[in-house]
Amino acid sequence: MPPEAQGNMMSGAEMIIRALKEQGVDTIFGYPGGAVLPIYDALFKQNHIRHILVRQEGGAVHAAEGYARSTGKPGVVLVTSGPGATNAVTGLVDALMDSIPIICITGQVPTHLIGSDAFQEADTVGITRPATKHNYLVKNVADVGPVMHEAFYVATNGRPGPVVIDMPKDIQVETGLYSGSPKTKHRSYQPQVKGDLNAIKQAVELIAAAKRPVFYTGGGVINSGPNASQLLREFVRMTGFPITTTLMGLGSYPASDKQWLGMLGMHGTYEANLAMHDCDVMINIGARFDDRITGRLNAFSPNSKKIHVDIDRSSINKNVHVDVAIVGDAGHVLEDMIKVWKAGVHRPDKQALADWWTQIDQWRAKDCLKYEPNQDVIMPQYALQRLHALTRHLKPFITTEVGQHQMWAAQFIGFDEPNHWMTSGGLGTMGYGLPAAVGVQIAHPNALVIDVAGEASTMMNIQEFSTAVQHDAPIKVFILNNEYMGMVRQWQQISYEGRYSHSYSDSLPDFVKLAEAMHGVGLRCTKPDEVDGVIEEMMAIRKPVIVDCQVAKLENCFPMVPSGAAHNEILLNARDAGIERADDLALV
Amino acid sequence: MRPQQPIERHTMAVLVDNEAGVLARVIGLFSGRGYNIESLTVAEVNHAEGLSRITIVTRGTPAVIDQIEAQLERLVPVHKVSDLTTEGPAVERELALVKVAATGDPRVESLRLADAFRARVLDTTTDSFTFEVTGSSEKIDAFIELMKPLGLVDVSRTGVVAIKRGAGAM
Repeated sequence: MPPEAQGNMMSGAEMIIRALKEQGVDTIFGYPGGAVLPIYDALFKQNHIRHILVRQEGGAVHAAEGYARSTGKPGVVLVTSGPGATNAVTGLVDALMDSIPIICITGQVPTHLIGSDAFQEADTVGITRPATKHNYLVKNVADVGPVMHEAFYVATNGRPGPVVIDMPKDIQVETGLYSGSPKTKHRSYQPQVKGDLNAIKQAVELIAAAKRPVFYTGGGVINSGPNASQLLREFVRMTGFPITTTLMGLGSYPASDKQWLGMLGMHGTYEANLAMHDCDVMINIGARFDDRITGRLNAFSPNSKKIHVDIDRSSINKNVHVDVAIVGDAGHVLEDMIKVWKAGVHRPDKQALADWWTQIDQWRAKDCLKYEPNQDVIMPQYALQRLHALTRHLKPFITTEVGQHQMWAAQFIGFDEPNHWMTSGGLGTMGYGLPAAVGVQIAHPNALVIDVAGEASTMMNIQEFSTAVQHDAPIKVFILNNEYMGMVRQWQQISYEGRYSHSYSDSLPDFVKLAEAMHGVGLRCTKPDEVDGVIEEMMAIRKPVIVDCQVAKLENCFPMVPSGAAHNEILLNARDAGIERADDLALV
Repeated sequence: MRPQQPIERHTMAVLVDNEAGVLARVIGLFSGRGYNIESLTVAEVNHAEGLSRITIVTRGTPAVIDQIEAQLERLVPVHKVSDLTTEGPAVERELALVKVAATGDPRVESLRLADAFRARVLDTTTDSFTFEVTGSSEKIDAFIELMKPLGLVDVSRTGVVAIKRGAGAM
């Protein structure tokens, strides 16, 4: 053996650590078990990589997602075989739907036991095949290094996503020659990042001739990196056009800017949805015409020419037929669009644009997010307005669970920067926000990290509060507690004649005592005049905090484009929805 | 709303890394997204580079066919997807083994028909023939139909393989 190779002889487990180091990984989220003990032993013997012990493997993936989305780097997960891997599946699908780069290393029973129904054996590559962008089963120790590096390449290039590497225990123990490098590419997977210049020119011509244009942008801009958000701002300001973004795209364009129409879609603003419906040119950058965005497809923006920029060719013409398709990375395409715009003598039609803005201002005048203030009961919208007002100077990172509170957070918390908003958009995973907040806080130890939560979602991954305590991650779980699975209850009220089938959060814990029992801090507010004080107290505490903010129980989230309705059939309030606003009940 | 699009039959060739699970990925894509598979064949075509070729016959509207092509292309081990139905002329062939158990007149008749179809006799006993027949799927369908009343007992088909006409390669 040549002497230089001697330093490269090591166990499979050591190869994994080596590859992680070479990829610049500083943190992994995981949970040990029999089939990953050799990797945990290798972790024990080094000081480069920090391991965050979670309380359940699902929490590990969500934490890694939070880490990834707030840093732009891939999140890394390490779990054991069988139940370790199956518990991770929800998080993997969540990352797949929201295009989050995750590397998930799963232990597997030794190769000679695969297929024998061994203890803690599951067909992990079979189970995770449709749950990941790609997955691997490593059957040879010499493959460990190359597969690890290839997995990072696949997870982070093109449309990002989760990658599983299933590592049998004997491969972790066996000694072999390490190879592979972070420069590893995949021999067939070479995604296109530069857009076709002719299509870009065609798009710019359409944009220049538009009379009622709207930008509709999504998570693709954020995934492309901060530079893409910068270019988007530049281009939008150059054109003077209105812009709306999806739930996933919040922060790619400053919410405080006057060209911003707010979020669009099922609980988007009146002005954003009506602008989408009535526009003549739609410029979709990095969004995928999700059903929560389009409403009824055959009534979706019926009179517009549509431009679609997406790194994933399969997103184009999947749900909505478009006129100009550009396959490429949002940042690269925006850069070229700006160049083409500047090179030509493209001037928007000022008069038409002024008329369009007049129309939009009329829609804005509806003040679609208004709600009835209350002196006695905390309105959830009010609580979030105060949370935003009192924390915005600190540029907090916000995660959410899933439901009404998530939509209110999207409506009432303004994001001016990308990578500060982490929410489960595609899969809609209740229980995402708390572990995601832990991941964000680990990546940004000194930042203010708030999980805007509902009481029902909180209970889905409450165990991860212990993770926060153990790792000094002073997350703030801000629960809008209405004692209902609020969004389920809202749909039952609107579509099922108020039959609240199993949507009441019965037998809730005392969240203040729960926080204390888990060695955190619990705070509570029950009246509107207590909200500010509690938020300020929460911000001052350098420990994990749960705030039990007891809000109006039966408040509904509006505007709402009901499932299967068109954008212009948007409901602005309970009266539009045909339900009585039972004020007396709302106060209970 | 766009007018209802017609359902079309397309043959696609997919060049993939010959690695464990690649066929499951392709099949899982079709079942998971509700696409049809009318026929699917796979075999290694380039041992040195470890490449396999999958030929899929599917049905769908033009929009669905476009989606299938795009979805196949984004699978990580897929090198190339060719829609042989739209990318110029192509030839398609299928091979079938057809067993007829009969004696007397039907047995003679089956041999006569086999001859007309240019089918070869692969195996014979005093009360059976096994034919090998090659051609388009329609031709094989027709041959099987004709064999039914003559004592057809077993059929094994390869599914469609296809390749572009002319000098061009995939």
